[in-house]
Order: sequence, then C-alpha cells, then structure tokens
Amino acid sequence: MTEPPHLLYCHCAHARVVPPEVKTEVLRQLCASGASFEAVADLCALAARQDPLLRRLAAGGPLKIAACYPRAVRWLFAAGQAALSEARTEVLNMRVQPAPAVVAAMLDPRLHPNLAAMDNPKPGRDSHGTGPAPMTS
Amino acid sequence: MSVAGQLTPRVVLYEGAGTAPWAAAARFELLERLLARGYSVSRATGPGGVPLAQGHGEWVMGQCEQDAPPGCRDVRGWDAARVVGMIDAEHAARAGAAPEDWTPWFPVIDEARCTNCMQCLGFCLFGVFGLDAQHRIRVESPENCKTQCPACSRVCPEAAIIFPQYPRSPINGDDVEASHAAREAIKVDISALLGGDVYRVLRERSARGKTRFSAEQDADKALEERRKCLAQMAAAADIPPEVLMSLPSPAEIRRRAEEARARAEAARKGGD
Ligand code: SF4
Ligand code: SF4
Repeated sequence: MTEPPHLLYCHCAHARVVPPEVKTEVLRQLCASGASFEAVADLCALAARQDPLLRRLAAGGPLKIAACYPRAVRWLFAAGQAALSEARTEVLNMRVQPAPAVVAAMLDPRLHPNLAAMDNPKPGRDSHGTGPAPMTS
Repeated sequence: MSVAGQLTPRVVLYEGAGTAPWAAAARFELLERLLARGYSVSRATGPGGVPLAQGHGEWVMGQCEQDAPPGCRDVRGWDAARVVGMIDAEHAARAGAAPEDWTPWFPVIDEARCTNCMQCLGFCLFGVFGLDAQHRIRVESPENCKTQCPACSRVCPEAAIIFPQYPRSPINGDDVEASHAAREAIKVDISALLGGDVYRVLRERSARGKTRFSAEQDADKALEERRKCLAQMAAAADIPPEVLMSLPSPAEIRRRAEEARARAEAARKGGD
C-alpha cells in the first residue's frame, strides 16, 4: 500500500499575503476532517530559523503543503536546510487557489507532485563567477 | 543575534488511542489561537499520525481517558483560552519570551535560477548575504534584512531572489517565465532612473549635496535634496522610504559598499 501523504498547513501569520477567508476555511476543513496534520504559524519564520520540523517533514515521505507559490515554498525549505523531494511533494497555493480546491487536494490521498515543472537550471551556481560585475563601484 | 537555530515551540493535540477527540469547532478554535500566538501545532489522530516527542519545546495534550499514553497532558473540559494561557505561561517561564518576536522578511534564493554572480552580495549594505563552504551565495543573516525592502531582488539578473511575502510576481515566487516581460520592464525603469545602482546614486547625490551645501551651510536644503533622491528611488525600486531614510551616513554607505564589493570580488576569485 502506498504511504499516505503528510499534510502541512501554513497560517501566514505575519504577512497575511494569503487571503484570510481562504486560509481560515482551509484550516476549518482540515480540523473537521479526520486527518492528522501539521500546522505552522509562518513557514517563512521556520525556514529562517532552520527549524528541525522542516527537515523531518522533507525527509518523511510524501508531503502536501498548503501555503503559497510552489517556487517560494520549495526554496524556503532549502533555506531551512530541508530539501523537498520533487517526486514526493505537492504544494497548494492559497494565494491564488480557492479554499475548496485546496481542501480537496489536501484531503485527496493521491499525490500530484508539482515542484519539478518549474525548474530552469542555470550553469553558474556551481561553477562561480560568470555574472557581471557588482553594481557598487 | 542570529535567528538560525531558534526553535519554534510546538504543541501536539493528541487524539489517538486513549483520548476523546475534540469537537471540530473546538479543535479549530484551539488551532487558530495557537497559530496566532506563533506556535506550531500537530494534530495527531493515531497510528500513522504525527509522532509524539520531538525533544524540543513541546507540549503534548489530549482529552485523556484511562489508557491515554504517558506524557499526554489531560486538558479535558478546558476551553481554548485556558489551554493557550497555560502554554504561554509555561513557555515564558522556559524561554523568557513570547514565541514570535521577529517579522520574517528576508530574501530566499531560487537555487535553480541562481548563477552565483554575486551581484546581491556586492549590493546589500546590511550583510544579509554570505557564502557557504562551496563558495555559493546564501542568505547568512536573514534577520538583518530591512522589512518590506525587496531591493536585492531587483538587482538579481536571473530573478532568482524571492520574497515570499511580497505582493507582486515574480518576486513573490510566482513563475518567472509567465511574468518575464514585467520583470524586464522593472529592470529598464530602474536603470533608466538610477543607472542600476541605488546606493551609488545615493552616494553621488549626497556628495554633490555636501559640496554645494557645505559652502552654503544649509543643512535643511541638504536634507531636502536627500529626501527627493530617496523618494525617487523608493518609487522606482519599491524600497520603503523609511528604509532609505534610515540608511547610514554617506561615508558609512561608501565604506559598507566597498566592503560588500570586496567580499563579492574575493568570492569570485575564490571560485575561479
Ligand atoms: S510560506 Fe508563504 S504562506 Fe507561508 S508564511 Fe511564507 S509567504 Fe506566507
Ligand atoms: S544576484 Fe541573483 S543570480 Fe546573482 S548570486 Fe545573487 S541570487 Fe544568485
């Protein structure tokens, strides 16, 4: 049997860039479901703090995250020293998706990974120094 | 003080074997209150749910019945306010602080786009960026970043700097390709207005102002000149005026800019 995804919900407590009615409804529906889940006040803060919860979630098998843009969430985890698996992570974007769509996706036992599609690798990061001079002069 | 390594306190609402589940509305109220106070919360419904003790700043609680697991604190009959009050009090006693006292505004690097050009390292006057052991750019001191200031994302030639809490694409993490045209427009506007370097413009304007006004001894006019320049930059690069107004003196800006440039230069050489 395939492992059910872990669920992570971000409350975006500081910036409130997620519409309040969306995040409130998503949280309400998660609470009304029978699912286990993790909820964090602010994923950005956890990433800056390199909170071990991120590493545990990233390493813990399939993961669905209700937060904001997948590209932001992916690199926030990386900043928190927790590399998300492209094959095992699905990010739902509460900034743009309506609450019912986010809830339905979160509670769907099937996983639809969506991190790989946005990759646009560049040559320089691991080879250094190919860019233009710094702007300060 | 660095925020890295500071642990976010976590509350586990245990609803597995040996406990009675909360009513949905009560569970929601409890979670909302805890999240508003900055705690992380796990709802654990039993086997396959969230493991219990993680070994740091943690409370495990449930509506316990006779065979509840050891270590699960019984909060049967408690309302949400009482539970949160108890956790706040215990957390303050342990850590001596409220759980959240920093606004998490800082750049996040999209490593798939970053070419390690070091522009951001050479640009930021506040020491936010640094290098890892492999000489790759990284965000070293997120807490040094100026809240609401997205300036470094505007100098990154690859749109590789994300501020997840920024209102607009692609700086907010939205797909870059979809908004590429808008990004280019931003670059053009900035370079047209500022020659690509807000700090250099600031220094030059300040220096010009200084020469002119030191003769005139007119501090008010000098300040007015600086304000005008800052307002222009704030509008062009979306930099909050209060951030620009709180910049150090022109001499100090020059010193920091040189330092940042030297770091970037050294990093480029180190990577060769
Ligand atoms: S990860 Fe996104 S949703 Fe969560 S706090 Fe940061 S900006 Fe808000
Ligand atoms: S300016 Fe952009 S591409 Fe260059 S090192 Fe910084 S994040 Fe990477």
